[in-house]
Amino acid sequence: MDLVYWILIIIGILVLYIIIAYNRLIVLRNRIENSWSQIDVQLKRRYDLIPNLINTVKGYVTHEKTVLTELTKLRSQLVSGSMNQKAKASNQITDALKSIFAVAENYPQLKANENFKMLQEELSGTESKIAYARQFYNDSVMSYNNKIQGFPSNTIANIFRFNEKEFFKVEESEKKNIKVEF
Amino acid sequence: MYSEISSNKWKSVLLFLAFFIFMGIFIWMINLFFFQGYVFIIGATIVAIIFALISYYSGDKIVLAMSHAKEANKKDHAHLINTVEGLAIAAGIPQPKVYVIPGTQINAFACGTMPKKASVAVTEGALQKLNRQELEGVVAHELSHIKNYDIRVMVLASVLVGIIVFTSEIMLRSFLFGGMGSNDDRGGRSNLIFIVIGIVLLLLAPIIAQIIKLAISRKREYLADASGALLTRYPKGLADALKKIKNDTSELKAASNATSHLFISSPFKKKQWFASLFASHPDVNDRIKKLESM
Repeated sequence: MDLVYWILIIIGILVLYIIIAYNRLIVLRNRIENSWSQIDVQLKRRYDLIPNLINTVKGYVTHEKTVLTELTKLRSQLVSGSMNQKAKASNQITDALKSIFAVAENYPQLKANENFKMLQEELSGTESKIAYARQFYNDSVMSYNNKIQGFPSNTIANIFRFNEKEFFKVEESEKKNIKVEF
Repeated sequence: MYSEISSNKWKSVLLFLAFFIFMGIFIWMINLFFFQGYVFIIGATIVAIIFALISYYSGDKIVLAMSHAKEANKKDHAHLINTVEGLAIAAGIPQPKVYVIPGTQINAFACGTMPKKASVAVTEGALQKLNRQELEGVVAHELSHIKNYDIRVMVLASVLVGIIVFTSEIMLRSFLFGGMGSNDDRGGRSNLIFIVIGIVLLLLAPIIAQIIKLAISRKREYLADASGALLTRYPKGLADALKKIKNDTSELKAASNATSHLFISSPFKKKQWFASLFASHPDVNDRIKKLESM
C-alpha cells in the first residue's frame, strides 16, 4: 500500500511541475508578442511625426529638397509590407532623418525654430525607443529560447510544441548608410 | 554583466538568510534571558509591521514631498521624459512617473514598491551637468531598482531591523525603570550575570541588525549598477556619471538622513567619520571600477 502512496506523490509532483513549466512558457511567449507590438507602437509614433518634420523643414530648406521626397517615399513603405520590409524601411528612415538633421546645421533659422527643436527631440527620443524596444524584444526571445533549450523544460516545450523564436537582426546590407543625393 | 547580476542576487539572498538566522537567535535569547520576552517581540513586530505598511503604501509620496520633487512636464523636460520612457521599454516595466528635484547637485532616486506605481526623480543639477549617455546611465540605474523590487526589499529589511530595534528599546527602558524579572531563579549572582548578558545583547542587536541591512543596501546598489548597464548596453555612461558625481561639490538641501539611502549616490558630500560598514552606498571608486570592467 505504501508503494502506491509514493507513486501517487511522485505523479502529483510531476503534474505540478508540468503545469508550472507550461504556464512559464506561455508567459514568456506572450512577452515576446507584446514586445513586438511595442516596436510597432514606436514605429507608428515616428510615422506620425515625420509629416510635421517635413512641413517645418520645407519652409527653410532651399537646395536639399530631395532628402524630403526620399523621406516621404520611405514613410509610405512603413505601412505596407511584411514586418521584414517594415524593418528595412525603418532602418532607412533612421538614416534619412540623420541626413535631414545634418542638413539643418546649415540653416541657423531652422535650427532656432521652436517647433523644429521639439520635433528633433521627439524624433531622436522615438529613435532610441525603437532601439530599446528591439533590445527588449531580443531579451525576451533569449529568455524564451533559454527555457525551450534548457533541461528539463525542453521536454515540456517539445510535448506542447513551443518553437524557438528568431532574434531581430539587422541585415549587413542595411547597416550601411543609404546615400542621399543633394 | 550577467554574472555580476546573478552574483549580487545570490549575495542578497544569503544576507537575508543571515538576517533570519540572526533574528532566530535574537528571539531565542530574549526568551531565555527575560521573563515573558515573547510578549515584547510580538508587540515590536506589530509596531514594525504598521510602520512597514505605511511606507509600503505611501512611502513614495512622503519621500517625493520631502525632497520637494515636482512632476516633469513634456514642455520643459522632454529629453528626460523620453529617456525614462525609452529605458522603461528596454526594462520591460510600465512607464514610471517622472519628477524633477530642485538643486544643483547631480543625484537621482526611484521610489514606489510596485512597478505599476513607481516614480523616478532626477535633480536639476543632473539634467544640466550630465550628457546624454551619462543621464541614460543614471536613469537606467534607477529603473533597475524598480525592476529588481529593491524598494520592497528594503522595506522588508526595515521590518526586520524594526522588530529588533523596538524590542531592544522597550526592554532597555523597562530595565531602567525597574520591575523586570528574570525567568531564572538560581539565585542572586547568576541572575546578575544573566541580566548583564541580556543588556549587552539588547545594546548590540540593533547595531548588528543595522549593519546587515546596510550590507543588503550596498549589494542592491551594485546589482542596480549591473542591471542598469545591461539596459543601456553601455556601462561607461553610468561610470562617467559617477565620476562627475564624485567630483561634484554642491550640497543637496532637499535630502535628509531619512531619505539619503534612496539616492544613486549619498547626497552628503562630507566624508563621514564612521567606517564603510555603516554606509548605505558602496564606495564610488569601487562602483566605477566594477562598471569599467564589465
